[in-house]
Order: sequence, then structure tokens, then C-alpha cells
Amino acid sequence: MVGWAVSAASTFSSLVKTTMEHLEFTFPGRRAATGRKHAVLVGVVGSGNLEVLLEPKPLGGACQIVVKTAVAGFGEIWQAVLEDFCRRHGLGDLLVSINDLGATPAVVALRLDQAVHELEGSGP
Amino acid sequence: MIVPRTSYVEATARRRVEAVLDHDSFWEFLPPEERVTSPHLSQLDLPVAFDDGVVVGGGTVQGRRVLLAAQEGAFMGGAVGEVHGAKLTGLFARAVDERPDAVVLLLESGGVRLHEANAGLIAVSEIIRALLAARGRGIRVLAVIGGGVGCFGGMGIVARCCDAVIMLEEGRLGMSGPEVIEMAGGVEELDSRDKALVWRTFGGKHRYLLGDCEYLVEDDVAAIRESIHQALEAASGFELEQLEAEHALLEKRLRELAHLHDAIDMWRALGLPDPDTLPMLDLARFTPIAHRARSFWKGEG
Repeated sequence: MVGWAVSAASTFSSLVKTTMEHLEFTFPGRRAATGRKHAVLVGVVGSGNLEVLLEPKPLGGACQIVVKTAVAGFGEIWQAVLEDFCRRHGLGDLLVSINDLGATPAVVALRLDQAVHELEGSGP
Repeated sequence: MIVPRTSYVEATARRRVEAVLDHDSFWEFLPPEERVTSPHLSQLDLPVAFDDGVVVGGGTVQGRRVLLAAQEGAFMGGAVGEVHGAKLTGLFARAVDERPDAVVLLLESGGVRLHEANAGLIAVSEIIRALLAARGRGIRVLAVIGGGVGCFGGMGIVARCCDAVIMLEEGRLGMSGPEVIEMAGGVEELDSRDKALVWRTFGGKHRYLLGDCEYLVEDDVAAIRESIHQALEAASGFELEQLEAEHALLEKRLRELAHLHDAIDMWRALGLPDPDTLPMLDLARFTPIAHRARSFWKGEG
């Protein structure tokens, strides 16, 4: 994920380093995630995009999020975007797995909402 | 009633699968939650996709049972790695066991995934062997080409090993892509930045005029479903006479057209009127004209 206010130089250096970053977050949920499907996948691991896999499973009521991103060094922004997602939907007992290829925070938030909509709603 | 058109070109591989198959008929094997990802990309510390860029499974098209695969062009250009290739090879092995009405390939690929080197090359050869084995057992195999990446390299060969190819005008089919040709042969050979040249060389219309694809359709999922249905009804076979007839056609094509350097010259040689206007025609006006070229290949000589 690329932040809003990084200099071109720091973006470049983090891209040429090409070290994948692995991040994990756990947030409390207010209600258990339910869906007509046991898993949904939205998005694609393409440039500036990401894929989000949602799987409802017993996690003691928590929402566990695993991120693998091609752009290292933006843990705080991930934390903010994912915390906001969990606050808005309050889903627990949910495993969220993300493969990211440099999506912006807005794209990440939209993909997460799309995934929840496909899991819980009547689909696209 | 106006039925809204659903674009195939703009859709992701998963959306294409859902749109081409009958509603809610899709089932998937090795789905993303199985996390069968590329071991090579992980070793190189590169991003992976949970489905390794290809969706494989089954469903129905207008009630007919098919197995199908869809390559995701946005993930590494739809390139074939070891896992990606094994999923396609497995699809054909399964087809031999289950005997569906057809195997449908929604292709979008630049060819072999170079990061996986020999494993990717071997994967493509295994796909071709499995495809031909399935055809040898009487399984019909159809390819649909209409993604932004096109269908090149090893997957271009795979497409031409099928019983029938369905193309969108926006689709491109070839062996080496335009950039590769320019790099190897120079800009005089092919200017890859000349989009009009690229499309009249690799695009659906030219492929249809040369007999490389059997169906040329609008960017509309309903039209693709209809072509699949027609291709399921058409005669097909994988006998020696059919291969010899195809070789004779290729020989005739080489004889008649190989000395020409631009698609427009080829269309003129095929006897088509006003060849320079063909790229701009919509399919409703293009198709009747194109039938003359199609009969040229099927005709005497």
C-alpha cells in the first residue's frame, strides 16, 4: 500500500528493495461474520490493486487480518485503514487474508467493503 | 425490452466465469481458500495470488455441462507458472474422466511466467499434451480470447490446438507479442506503438479473416454464450483427414500471403473490397464481407 504523503524517493527505494512485508492484525468484533458462502475472494493481485479473501471461522470473536504486501514500510497506514474497516463493520470470527500489489488506502477500503458485501449481501 | 450488455473485456477472470456460465451453476476446484500458490514466486520474494492467476471448475452453459478455466490477465499478465499450468493440465485429465460436453478456456495470457523458467515451459507443454489427449478421447475444447493482455506465447499455441476459437474484435492472438517482435526484429519489422498496426496484425478481425478463429463476436457476454452454444452444436473431430485439411489450408495461406507485409495487403489479396476500411467497420457490417474471405479458404485451390 502506498501512503498519501511519501516522497518519490522513499517510494522508489521501497519498490526497488522488493522485500515483501508480512503484517498481522487482530481486532475485536461486535458480531460473528456470517455469509451464504464459506469464503469470498474479491480483487486481483495487479498493479495498484489487491485481493481480499474473507473466511468466517471461529476466532474467539476476533477479526484476524493477514497482509502480504509488495510495498514495505507502511504498517501504520495499514493499521489505520484496517482499524477503520473493523470499526465500521464490527465483524468477528473472520479471517481476512490480503495479497497487495501497491493499492492505495482508498482502494484497500473499497475492496474490503466489496468483500463484506459479497459475503453477507445478495452478491454483486 | 433492452437487455443491458455485460462487457467481457472489462471483467476479471472470476466475473467472466460467473457471466459465461448459467446463473449459480459454477463450482470450483482448488479454490482460493486452499491457498495453492506459486512456490517459485515466494522464493523470489514476489507477490502471489491465492488462485495463482487461474480459476478452474465446472458449470453449465445453456444447460450443457462444461469444465472451464479462466486466466486472470491482471495477475502477472496471465502468465503460466507451475501451479497455474498444473491446474489447466488437471482440468483436461478431469475432462477425460467426467466427459463434459466441452472444456471451455477463457484465455488471457502473455505465455510462460518467466520467473518460473523451466517449470513454466514444462507446464505449457503438459497443458498441450493433456489438451490433445482430451481431444483424442473425443472431448471438445473451446477457447475464448478477449482480454486486454491478449493470448500469446505458449497459450497462443494452446488456443490453436482447440476445436474452435471464439474471439472478440478486441482480442489479440499471436506467438510473439508486438513488443517482442520489435525488440528482436527492429522497428521496421513491427512498430509496437502503432496501435492500428498491432490490432490489424493480431486482432480478432484479422484472425477471423485468416481462419484462425471460428467465431468473431461483440464484447458482450450474451454473444459469447451464444457462440459457445453454436460451437457445441458444430461438427468437430480430431481425425487424420481433418488435420491434413488444416495443413493444406495453412500451406495455401503461406503460398498466397507470405510475401505480403501488411494485413491490408492480405485482405486485398483475398479479394475483399476497400480493405483499408475494414478495421473501422462494426461487426454487423464486417461479418458479411468477411464471409468472402472465409469461403476463399474453404473453396477450391
